[in-house]
Amino acid sequence: MPDSPAIAHEADNSANGANTANTEHPPYLRHHFNSTEQQADASNFAMWLFLLTEVMFFGGLFTAYLVYRNWYYPAFVSGSHQLNVVWGATNTLVLIFSSFTMAMAVWCAETSRRRGLVLCLTFTFILGLGFLGIKSIEYSEKIEKHHVPGLHYSLSSFLDPAHDAAARAAGDKPLPLDMARKTEVYFSLYFLMTGIHALHMIIGIGILGFMIFRARAGAYTAGHVTFVENFGLYWHFIDIIWIYLFALLYLISRH
Amino acid sequence: MSAHTIVSLLDQSTAKIPKDNYITRENGLLSWLLTSDHKRIAILYLISLSFFFFIGGALAGLIRLELLTPQTDLMATDTYNKVFTMHGVIMVFFFLVPSVPATLGNFLIPMMIGAKDLALPKVNLLSWYLYMAGGLLALYTMMVGGVDTGWTFTTPLSTHYVNTNVLTTGLAVFVAGFSSILTGLNFIVTIHKMRAPGMTWFRLPLFIWAHYAASILMVLATPVVAIAIVLVMLERTFGIGVFDPAKGGDPLLFQHLFWFYSHPAVYIMILPGMGVISEVISTFSRKRIFGYTAVAFSSVAIAVFGFFVWAHHMFIMGISNYAVLVFSLLTMLVAVPSAIKIFNWTFTLYKGSITFETPLLYAFGFMGLFTIGGMTGVFLGSSGTDIHLTETYFIVAHFHFVMVGGMLMAFLAGIHFWWPKITGRMYPEKLSQLAAVVTFIGFNFTFFPQFILGTLGMPRRYASYPPEFQILNVFSTAGATILGVGYLLPVLYLVWSLKYGAIAGNNPWQATGLEWQTQSPPLTENFAVMPIMDHEAYDYAWLEGQQQKDEQQHRQLHERQKETEVTSAG
Repeated sequence: MPDSPAIAHEADNSANGANTANTEHPPYLRHHFNSTEQQADASNFAMWLFLLTEVMFFGGLFTAYLVYRNWYYPAFVSGSHQLNVVWGATNTLVLIFSSFTMAMAVWCAETSRRRGLVLCLTFTFILGLGFLGIKSIEYSEKIEKHHVPGLHYSLSSFLDPAHDAAARAAGDKPLPLDMARKTEVYFSLYFLMTGIHALHMIIGIGILGFMIFRARAGAYTAGHVTFVENFGLYWHFIDIIWIYLFALLYLISRH
Repeated sequence: MSAHTIVSLLDQSTAKIPKDNYITRENGLLSWLLTSDHKRIAILYLISLSFFFFIGGALAGLIRLELLTPQTDLMATDTYNKVFTMHGVIMVFFFLVPSVPATLGNFLIPMMIGAKDLALPKVNLLSWYLYMAGGLLALYTMMVGGVDTGWTFTTPLSTHYVNTNVLTTGLAVFVAGFSSILTGLNFIVTIHKMRAPGMTWFRLPLFIWAHYAASILMVLATPVVAIAIVLVMLERTFGIGVFDPAKGGDPLLFQHLFWFYSHPAVYIMILPGMGVISEVISTFSRKRIFGYTAVAFSSVAIAVFGFFVWAHHMFIMGISNYAVLVFSLLTMLVAVPSAIKIFNWTFTLYKGSITFETPLLYAFGFMGLFTIGGMTGVFLGSSGTDIHLTETYFIVAHFHFVMVGGMLMAFLAGIHFWWPKITGRMYPEKLSQLAAVVTFIGFNFTFFPQFILGTLGMPRRYASYPPEFQILNVFSTAGATILGVGYLLPVLYLVWSLKYGAIAGNNPWQATGLEWQTQSPPLTENFAVMPIMDHEAYDYAWLEGQQQKDEQQHRQLHERQKETEVTSAG
């Protein structure tokens, strides 16, 4: 472990001497920090820790997925065939592109480009909304086919795949009744994992809106970019979660 | 009891509480509710925690009253189920988990490492609001009928079979969990990034090491129980099939997720308490903690091992024999770092200059009761005896020895130890020594008979029992009454001391921590000048040198004053 950053800061100060004297107290430096580096360091570290808690939060769901996929493999394959890979792949591209615009936003903030920052954040905002739009199309398909777990759950796509376009296209054979029932576990996990992911997206989009509003007023381009950087980490994290979900839910049972 | 004391107070006729401190700096309710000062937030926590503790305690009183007689007479069995559930929920999530970290940890971590505040002061305040939101929701649940699943929310009971308020209770726990995550996260960042110059990792007080280990558990384990509770709530409302065996789900998965948090949670509760004990033992025996490095790393070891023992709660629930074997072995391993602590504290006391002030009495209580609690944990860790003893009063006695006998004793030790620092005034020593002894006696009367009841086969969570168990239950209820008095006494005299206690001065215990080298109550920014750590932790020789220097300065000042008087007179 490196020594306390406070010491490093002291060393910096003595080395730079007069240089740091005039930049000592920028308005965004909170009273309990000794230096802006320490402040940025601390909030950055906190963000990584927060993402760690998110990993553990999703970890519970991934564990459930792993266990049930091993137990009910045929049900998971048939369930997966009901998902729309085209929409899923489109959404993956949308998110990856939004991660790019977000990374550009961070760069714009770091290099003090206000108009570029507003533009990149707006792009990210629109792409995020686009993702949710496509997700809602997919959800409505599931609702129409009664694949939402609960009272109205229908097994017909799995008991009688010949009359189901998606199942026929994938070449599914009819599942025995008890295995067909297990597709409900698959769809429970599908809605849980994508739903909690979508909730993270909604929160992210809300924060993006707030950031666009603030960035137009000139925030984040005067040296204090920690908020944009940390939000960038969050946004990339949601992106990575989606890539795992896409692989596990859509792709894994296709050949 | 020894007549010696290390307490050195200022001359009370001239001593004054410093005019400018964190309590007097700002006034009014809003200045407290919107504060970002870690010390004020600690006080907010202390008040709200005590409130929840007494609600949980009142529920415990109802349980003991019902169990006074073999029949169900005081309340219906349904009500009894709700009472023990709410007792568990409130005590675990709203008292034990936040107890030491949120109050003493919040107050002391920045002071001990020489910082002005926690790294994220606003997040700190947010975590108190989340805690209050969760707590009030739990109280609301209690008002509208409570919940009767037990604090463990076991599926499918909680998802399919009960008609009580599982949703609001689940939400309350979920929200409180966020509060705990944010507290842990804040502590880790603070300990990494906010240390004063010279405060290296191995100069940190052991209180900090213990909180660091507990924070790791809060950050890594709490999200898992959060998702488990979300799943229960969704299963209850929307009928998804993750835990429902009728749909192919597995109730055991819930248990795995739940205990993946709730076992480490007992270390979240006990580790900060162990940190308190390290500080107290060192101060009242005037010695550096024996084997500092071993004690520091034993905290981390407990945190790490703590993640790999959860399935010992599930030996009778149908997990595989091999899993039982492995988890049994891993469970035994936790005893090693715990024993390292107990032995090192004992060696610290050996040939120390011990004085028996209240904090040390509570610390002794902790060491004795925690040792019994820990050893009976080994009984329960070995699968053979566990299968006989689990779901009996033996379990109840075991975890109350660790949680109440261990954790609560440590909490009280810490509150008494740092009371002069927090308020600037001493508590009344004789009365508090009496309270410590009363608590110890009451505790043993309450919970020791439950070990015997458990081995005799009295099951937990029933409102009635066969008449032959009555005598031991009467003992237990009588003990609980004494224990109640033991807990009420500190509330009374601590409140009294706020106005009438002797003025403490900076360092009444002659302790070495940085928090004692500043005024009591401290300034809002903790230190008038940024401290520099130029010595090891628990260095009493350094403290003596420091005091001699101070005295010399005083004398010189005095002499100079005299000289000027003489010259001006001449």
